[in-house]
Amino acid sequence: MAGNPRELDAAIAVTRFGLGARAGEIESAAGDPRGWLKAQIRTQGAETFPTQGEDSARRFAEFREYRQERLAARRTGGQADAAPARDGGDMRPADDPVAAARRFVRQNAAGDVLARTRLATVTDAGFCERWALFWANHFTASATKAQVSGLVGPFENEAIRPHVFGRFADLLAAAETHPAMLLYLDQAQSIGPNSRAAQLQGRRGARQPDGAPPRPAGLNENLAREILELHTVGIGGGYAQADVTEFARALTGLGLARPNEPQTQLVVFRQPAHEPGARTVMGRPYPAGGREQAGAILADLAAAPQTARFVCAKIARHFVADDPPPALAARLEKTWLGSGGDLARVAEALIDAPEAWAPQPAKFKTPYEFVISSYRATGGAPQGPRWGPQVNQALSGLGQRPFGAPSPKGWPDEAAPWAASDALVKRMQFAQGLAAAVGPDVQDPNALAAATLGARLSPTAAAAIRRAESRPEAVALLLMTPEFQRR
Amino acid sequence: MTAFSLNRRALAAGLALPFLARAADAALPPNRKFVVVICRGGMDGLSVAPPVGDPDYRALRGPLAMGDEALKLDGTFALHPQLASIHALAKAGQARIAPAVASPDRARSHFEAQDVLETGAGGVYATSSGWLNRAVGALSAAGRVEAISVGATAPLILRGPAPAASWSPGRAVDTAARLPTLLQDLYRDDPLLGPALARGLATETMAQETGAGGPQMGGLRAAPAGQGREVARAMGEALAGFLKAPGGPQLAAVSVDGFDSHANQTGLLNNRLAALDALVDGLHTGLGPAWKDTVVLAVTEFGRTARANGTGGTDHGTGATALVLGGALKPGGIIGDWPTLRPQALFENRDVYPALDLRSLEKGLLADHLGLERRALDAAVFPDSAGVQALTGLV
Repeated sequence: MAGNPRELDAAIAVTRFGLGARAGEIESAAGDPRGWLKAQIRTQGAETFPTQGEDSARRFAEFREYRQERLAARRTGGQADAAPARDGGDMRPADDPVAAARRFVRQNAAGDVLARTRLATVTDAGFCERWALFWANHFTASATKAQVSGLVGPFENEAIRPHVFGRFADLLAAAETHPAMLLYLDQAQSIGPNSRAAQLQGRRGARQPDGAPPRPAGLNENLAREILELHTVGIGGGYAQADVTEFARALTGLGLARPNEPQTQLVVFRQPAHEPGARTVMGRPYPAGGREQAGAILADLAAAPQTARFVCAKIARHFVADDPPPALAARLEKTWLGSGGDLARVAEALIDAPEAWAPQPAKFKTPYEFVISSYRATGGAPQGPRWGPQVNQALSGLGQRPFGAPSPKGWPDEAAPWAASDALVKRMQFAQGLAAAVGPDVQDPNALAAATLGARLSPTAAAAIRRAESRPEAVALLLMTPEFQRR
Repeated sequence: MTAFSLNRRALAAGLALPFLARAADAALPPNRKFVVVICRGGMDGLSVAPPVGDPDYRALRGPLAMGDEALKLDGTFALHPQLASIHALAKAGQARIAPAVASPDRARSHFEAQDVLETGAGGVYATSSGWLNRAVGALSAAGRVEAISVGATAPLILRGPAPAASWSPGRAVDTAARLPTLLQDLYRDDPLLGPALARGLATETMAQETGAGGPQMGGLRAAPAGQGREVARAMGEALAGFLKAPGGPQLAAVSVDGFDSHANQTGLLNNRLAALDALVDGLHTGLGPAWKDTVVLAVTEFGRTARANGTGGTDHGTGATALVLGGALKPGGIIGDWPTLRPQALFENRDVYPALDLRSLEKGLLADHLGLERRALDAAVFPDSAGVQALTGLV
């Protein structure tokens, strides 16, 4: 790695902190790499991507229409669709309204994926976008659940992106009370076992307004557990099963408005469904009440030092190394605690930390990072209808189906799960395909390599690219160099 | 309370006590195949193998309780209606259930429990390699042993110092292209990418030879592993192709996701268990005569609450049901103790009691089927587990 230290810093700023270099980007960061990054910290948060003008309420209404169609079809003895809507399900005839509605719901999600991919590909604020992606993964709501799939895009725009440079407490509250999260982690169905609603429902076995069979009324502890374990204090954060259950009781009442309810907001708090009584979570008492009970618990969790420790270690792991220097996490933690969880200050501390600028790239890119940085490097911006399925298929084949994290933990952030032998072959095939499409138009592959990796380009890789027999081969090689696979 | 005691029934079912186990050879007997299926999300054991004859079952499960639709195994247990292929194997003495197993972890966290399940350690985050990988390492001392995982990401159970391949459906690699060779040159000094690519290309060659990458997988290109019945069957068949190939892998890991059934679990489990059944059926039919040398172990990170919760599902629990299948299996009844669902028998008044340490079962299978020695099992494969006796006599 040649060049002066500032050139190397510029390459690191754009490729490690950012999402990979577009043409001329490393050059524009070279004057002041740290300042270039800090200019992307904006109080209004990260840019959103278009979701065809539809918010989560509209999307959920669409899903409900689809479900109605399905119920109607089942009642009339038509193509009953008993299996949950999942990829790989049976194919339906084109004129089947249920299949059409399902396709519509799916197309929404695919459109969102494309818009999000496009934003990441063309943005000048790669660090800001990576920071937003980190938080979206931290608060995973996954399209693996059919009713959530159309909501993941709006969720990111409404609950995550506006708050990523604000206070963590606000981000936490927005994420946990968003319809996508309430559905994904089953909160929308949870009812206090001793609440009035439970007693009423038990007495008359009430049918749902949409004709669905009566729902059993009771507690569901999924959201409470994952907030503690994944979103705030983390495993080992000092909670026990009793705390999970108490927190779940406090969360009851929080749910979604029914189609026939005269509500302007999709998310509602139903006092009759709330478990009555005072609660104790992690040793702290919370008086009986309504929505503010769970709000107070969330606020205390946001402020807990265990949360600062858990989340700062995760930031360090994402940006710097699978096994990051303890000094880096400690710096971030100090800033977090000193600023009351101000994420803009934490981002600045990350940029200022010398440990984050180690010359050796320690992070192996995830498939999404690899694909986005490949598009950015080659200018192969996804646009037009043919890109939708292509992006989806490429990422699914690489193991990272967009919006489809396998569990609430989100996508793994370490090399080991992604560096499977088959995964390397799949990356090579992606690089070949993209290079075949855009490579012939690359005038000077050597210049492209220099612009893409800057001072991080090794002489060995530069020589291999120089010796390529064709432009596509040179571009494919560039995308598969060890330094492009890492950041 | 002796958590890992064998009851009379288990002994009657043909289980030998560990000290009676034969001295195992170090080398992996030829043709032996061992597949671990990880059912992620916390698979509900009382749905996989409902104890329909247990007097407390119906009351605890309420609307989730199964009746005549469940496929009878014995006086107490049945199998979920979607597990028809596995039930047929059970009738032939080639499938058994272990209805109350658990790893040493008690935190009821998916991620902690999956870590312990896959590392085989006594506690969480104790090591970063998987027990199946260390089993490969121990077996490799005496000869070449290959292992493979199916899916786009490497599962923790096979991560570690011993080399392991992975495979997922996709386009065939153009072996005439220059790029693979150029990249292997470029990765010569790269400890992560070099070995991974070489192994990936070798697996790809094998896939083309066995037909795993062939037309029958063409439609599955973009499908994530384990989704849907037909995908699962094709995955099982593809894995069988690798296991049968000359010089192919003898050990394998594959995951089926999506078992976290907090709400409306009837439909969810119909779908997931159908996939599990199809995967096993694909393996069974795909292996053909090689099935007689095969053991398949299907495990999950924890069981679920014995009671149905308030939303038509179940929450995270403890004791789980494992399935042991394969033509190499000895016929018999349930594996391990059945603690029953009596109120006082429930773990922390909520879960199926963890009556058998999962490592006992795993050690027993590795000893009997793969010939791993006790010394390796107690220290290397399952660290600090000398106190956990291998449950031998199953194979």
